[in-house]
Amino acid sequence: MMRILQYAIGLFMATTFLVGLPAQPAQAQTMDDKPRAFLLFHKLEYVPEPAERPVEMEATSWIGGDVNRLWLRGEGETSTVHREGEIEAEALYGRLISPFFDAVAGVRVDRRWGEDPATRGHLAVGLQGLAPYNFEVEPTLYVSDEGNVSAGFAASYHVLFTQRLKLESELETTAALQEVPEWGVGNGVNDLGLGFRLRYEFHRKFAPYVGYDHSWAFGETADFAGGDTSSGAFVFGVRIWR
Amino acid sequence: MPTHETSSVSTPNTPDPSDLESAMVSRRDFLRSAGALTAVAGIQTLLPAWVQASGDAHAGGLTGLQPTRRDGNRVEYDITIDRTPFEVAGKRATAITMNGTVPGPLIRLQEGEEVVLRYHNKLDEETSIHWHGLLLPNQFDGVPKVNYPAVAPGETFEAGPFEVRQYGTYWYHSHSGLQEQLGHYGPLVIDPAGEEPQPYDREHVVVLSDWTFEDPYQVLANLKKGEHYYNFQQQTVGEFWSDVSEDGFWDTLKNRLSWDRMRMSATDLSAVRAPTYSYLMNGQAPGANWTGLFNPGERVRLRVINASAASIFDVRVPGLEMDVVQVSGQNVEPVTTDEFRIGTAERYDVIVGPTDDRAYTVFAESLDRSSYARGTLAPREGMEGPVPDQRERPTLTMAAMGMSGMGDGEMGDGDMEDMQHGDMGGMDHSNMDMDHGDMSEGMSGDMGESDGLRPPGTLPEPVMHDPDEGHGPAEAGLPMMTKSRLHEPGIGLGNDGWRVLTYDQLKASDEKDAFRAPDREIELHLTGNMERFMWGINGVEFSDADPIRVGHDERVRLTMVNDTMMNHPMHLHGQFMELENGHGKRAPLIDTITVKPAERVSLLIDGHEKGPWFFHCHILYHMDAGMARVFYVEPAPDSEEEFYYDLPA
Repeated sequence: MMRILQYAIGLFMATTFLVGLPAQPAQAQTMDDKPRAFLLFHKLEYVPEPAERPVEMEATSWIGGDVNRLWLRGEGETSTVHREGEIEAEALYGRLISPFFDAVAGVRVDRRWGEDPATRGHLAVGLQGLAPYNFEVEPTLYVSDEGNVSAGFAASYHVLFTQRLKLESELETTAALQEVPEWGVGNGVNDLGLGFRLRYEFHRKFAPYVGYDHSWAFGETADFAGGDTSSGAFVFGVRIWR
Repeated sequence: MPTHETSSVSTPNTPDPSDLESAMVSRRDFLRSAGALTAVAGIQTLLPAWVQASGDAHAGGLTGLQPTRRDGNRVEYDITIDRTPFEVAGKRATAITMNGTVPGPLIRLQEGEEVVLRYHNKLDEETSIHWHGLLLPNQFDGVPKVNYPAVAPGETFEAGPFEVRQYGTYWYHSHSGLQEQLGHYGPLVIDPAGEEPQPYDREHVVVLSDWTFEDPYQVLANLKKGEHYYNFQQQTVGEFWSDVSEDGFWDTLKNRLSWDRMRMSATDLSAVRAPTYSYLMNGQAPGANWTGLFNPGERVRLRVINASAASIFDVRVPGLEMDVVQVSGQNVEPVTTDEFRIGTAERYDVIVGPTDDRAYTVFAESLDRSSYARGTLAPREGMEGPVPDQRERPTLTMAAMGMSGMGDGEMGDGDMEDMQHGDMGGMDHSNMDMDHGDMSEGMSGDMGESDGLRPPGTLPEPVMHDPDEGHGPAEAGLPMMTKSRLHEPGIGLGNDGWRVLTYDQLKASDEKDAFRAPDREIELHLTGNMERFMWGINGVEFSDADPIRVGHDERVRLTMVNDTMMNHPMHLHGQFMELENGHGKRAPLIDTITVKPAERVSLLIDGHEKGPWFFHCHILYHMDAGMARVFYVEPAPDSEEEFYYDLPA
């Protein structure tokens, strides 16, 4: 719990520190070259069942201009009772290569704490952006510090019921070329997750939501997880940004 | 004749609730007394004197700011820029004011006089004043980093002395940061040295603007970070089904999918809108009901100025037709109409002739229909005319993507595949040789073509966009074809059963003596990527761009091509442009033109006004995101003249 909070607060402070206060009047003729900072907690949620690691977080941040940006992406989960949790954090240089897509490259660090703590690093390269028909997509390729190759893909789509009531659907999947038992990774397609979050934007920057996540694990990945192949959970959280 | 205007004449702006129902009397009375209380406490909002003046032309018209000094033909004015409490619809804020008011004082000049405009900066930040539409020496134009270094806190700047070389309706505003959004604007009217060609009995200045209680720098940051941040008019599931009942399921689905496929929004009409914005008329919210008086039977001239930061308005006075007599401060042959669209920074002077002893509403609806500014023309104070219902928010059609072959009004029957550049071969090209019939007026044989450029005053030909020739990541949604749209009223207009002014109706009242063919054509593409709120010209933002250069006395054709889906009111400082709208030597002179989505428009400019002039989209947030250039007119070759701006090596 504390760690997730530490990471979240750290990210928040880093973006604020790097760019300074946004409301500083610039006196140049235009402000098109002014660097800016963005931080989105896409998910900050509580998952009551199953109760092992009920607090989850997913955040995206960028610092920079229109074309060149430093992207920070992170996701993690933690227990509220034990000192146990896991986080994946990425720092990527991104460049706008077409009107709707950034090419990104950088590093990812995975870290877990609790009974069997471990840390590993990756090099990451990928794309992120808006595909035709307004699907936000994020394919990324990873090579770990031990040479293991894996790939992740995420896509999401928004439906507006009203100007403030929005349904976000998302799909996530990962695949690996080699099995990595200590991280629960089998080879081939590891898993598939589907999520639905219905949020209400009281403010553009503050939107509580309820949702449902379902995930499936496949092959060796399912075996590593103790044979669980399918699980679903309701989630309650808030989406905030600045 | 300029007479006295002092702040002591100003009265408290008694706030009215925005509800116009008479059932609200008790609430209104409460607010009136609340207003009185704040006045007692010394936190009243001041109104400039011209807002409440009678405007009787036989008594000299609206009274302007009292000159500080008058010495023969020379006249001096003083303006103090400060922060002052300001109230909109009963809610308090702090505005950047000039002589204590929003809008600032009316500056009334006389053609031919020598003028000094002095301004004092009482802010704790730099400021500036740009005199919009005025012909003046470059160093007085008021753009920091282009004409001068800006005016530091506590300092004073003197624009002038210079000779007033024109007359008409103009305005002035800050060119520093986003100060304009905070109230830093005011009207400027110049009386002719000779007879007024369009006589009137009474005049009113109608300053339209937009107000937000948010910090404008935060507004810009929000636009940069959250796409559609201020758009609460997006298409929803509910609207989908209501469209299904009108257009059928498949056509509605095709329409939605075509926009989704392009990753564009059909409701991308304005960057900022209500409810964030309150729209003001002469500094007053709709509920406060600015009232301009008239006597039935009088010819009343309304000098309408769009002094907003980022709004385009559609203006009408239901029950009265309007004779448009001036545009951008320059006389045009009167055009009778019922409604006109006024882009940011444009001015339209109209004359109305109310004959009945009743109140008429002056209604200025924002282009996106999110809200409106409203006032009243009435024979007496305290009257109200009926306030029209707002029209429905329009949606962009495929015309905004340059796909006019599919019908501008309805997209429904369009095959999605038609929107791909690659499929253009299958499109009907027969619509491409339109509009040539009315181009020849005013053109004579001596206007030969030069260097293959088409004759001056004619409309540009439609041009297909080369699909391989984009503007990089800074441009999303390149239109397939751009063409002249001066005959179109613009999105959301023209289907109400009344007349709407179009640019092709404007003819200068005076025929030009000379109407030379241009020496050169400069083509500029207005570009944008709404996803990142990137705005530029030719895909390049201001800070990365070189100036546009024009030779001394060179006559250039400036062709602007709007490759975005938004309207851009483009303004060139320090000189007029001749709008090539098919009227030859009668090409109207303008300083600002609202360029429609997928439009191609051309203007002629003589390189007479030497020096660096700012050229930009007048939507403040587009300008600040980079849709701007320096337009550098070379001085004479043997001239020793130096300008503040350093040309890049």
